[in-house]
Amino acid sequence: MQRNLQIDDEGNLQHLLTIEGIPRALLLKILDTADSFVGVTERDVKKVPLLRGKSVFNIFFEPSTRTRTTFEIAAKRLSADVINLNVGVSSTSKGETLLDTVANLSAMHADMFIVRHATSGAPHLIARHVAPGIHVINAGDGRHAHPTQALLDMYTIRHYKKNFTDLRVAVVGDLLHSRVARSQIHALTTLGVPEVRVVGPKTLIPRDVETLGVQVHHDMARGIKDCDVVMMLRLQNERMNGALLPSAGEYFKSYGLTPEKLAYAKHDAIVMHPGPMNRGVEIDSAVADGKQSVILPQVTFGIAVRMAVMSMLAGSSSAN
Amino acid sequence: MSAPRANLPDAEALVSALAAMINADLAPDTMLVGIHTGGVWLAERLQQLLGVNTPLGTLDITFYRDDFDERGLHRDAKRSAIPFDVAGKDIILVDDVLYTGRTIRAAMNELFDYGRPARIRLAVLVDRQSRELPIGAQFVGMTFPVPDDEMLVLERSESGVLAFKQMKKEPR
Repeated sequence: MQRNLQIDDEGNLQHLLTIEGIPRALLLKILDTADSFVGVTERDVKKVPLLRGKSVFNIFFEPSTRTRTTFEIAAKRLSADVINLNVGVSSTSKGETLLDTVANLSAMHADMFIVRHATSGAPHLIARHVAPGIHVINAGDGRHAHPTQALLDMYTIRHYKKNFTDLRVAVVGDLLHSRVARSQIHALTTLGVPEVRVVGPKTLIPRDVETLGVQVHHDMARGIKDCDVVMMLRLQNERMNGALLPSAGEYFKSYGLTPEKLAYAKHDAIVMHPGPMNRGVEIDSAVADGKQSVILPQVTFGIAVRMAVMSMLAGSSSAN
Repeated sequence: MSAPRANLPDAEALVSALAAMINADLAPDTMLVGIHTGGVWLAERLQQLLGVNTPLGTLDITFYRDDFDERGLHRDAKRSAIPFDVAGKDIILVDDVLYTGRTIRAAMNELFDYGRPARIRLAVLVDRQSRELPIGAQFVGMTFPVPDDEMLVLERSESGVLAFKQMKKEPR
């Protein structure tokens, strides 16, 4: 990755493509900015005029409900005009290339692209080719990154745990296929979480994951023991076309988060999940709906975090 | 940065004078709303001096600024907090220095996103003039013209004493 694609010489965010390489101070600034937007979302008029007259294009080459919707709400609360494109079923099926699609949208005077793509690196490719002053946000690319999800997770952790530097955090499940996990791990270590664990079966943990500064556990009870935060991952059924797992039922027995397993974590541990959940596969309903679950607040905070990212990007084009 | 000038307005004396002015014209349901950061300090002091027990509102107008396109989110935004229903209220907006009027316009825009007040008046410690919008203050500590290439900022010491500082604007 080109190092300065996301951050310009003055330290302003130009694109948000990956958490990797974003310094701690900038991550904290995003969280602080999000904090002031939470106030906006609690008012009668949940809109501020920051992005008035700007056009934000949601281009999703892969289906998504929650992420696309929260980006749309965030953009609308900043008073931007939002155009949703489900590109999978239009241009690409007619043979148009990714860059041609983006060039055409740029010709419609887009100011910002929110991109989800099944191929890792697609948002980078777009960011390299858009004109200066046009910003790209990665809304999930292949197995690579999902930076706004990681940011909203960090916001949620800080909201409930107040700081990062004395926490023990476990990321549990299908690490191998998860762009969310990769971004979470980068964010957690950058923010100074001293102990990050990954927990899952050998077949779903990437071999080189220790190089990211995490401990690997294959036993669920040991993996989440005394943790402050348990971050569950979705079992990526739709990607599971090999023989990585015997069955969903077997998986639930070993790695599904039940009240009994959660009891190994600290009594005030919070449980997170990026959604959509597979109840009875990676998480038991009693936990998902239980009092330690912060899964729905995550969604709400996601709006403020995306407002923060978009306003920081839009504001940075003016600095030049 | 140039050295601070000696004959600056005495902020502490102006706080008392401003409180006396407002006191003469205070309705029972008047609410104070301070604009971050100097205006919030001032509003806190006025609340005490006036014996106002209603909750204090605070506004950070970062998201309503009219120079976002040129300057972006150039400083850390704080969370606005209006802990009362704005609709139908008598509000005094409080800021330290009135200058172009753009901050006040932004503050009024934000306030209206909380509801429709019955009346808004403006109280400032210093009116430095050079307005760029048709905005005036009903309560003014003193008028003190400042050259356009200089800034007049309110500072608060650790013990809570308010004082003005004048300095050259940093070049953009």
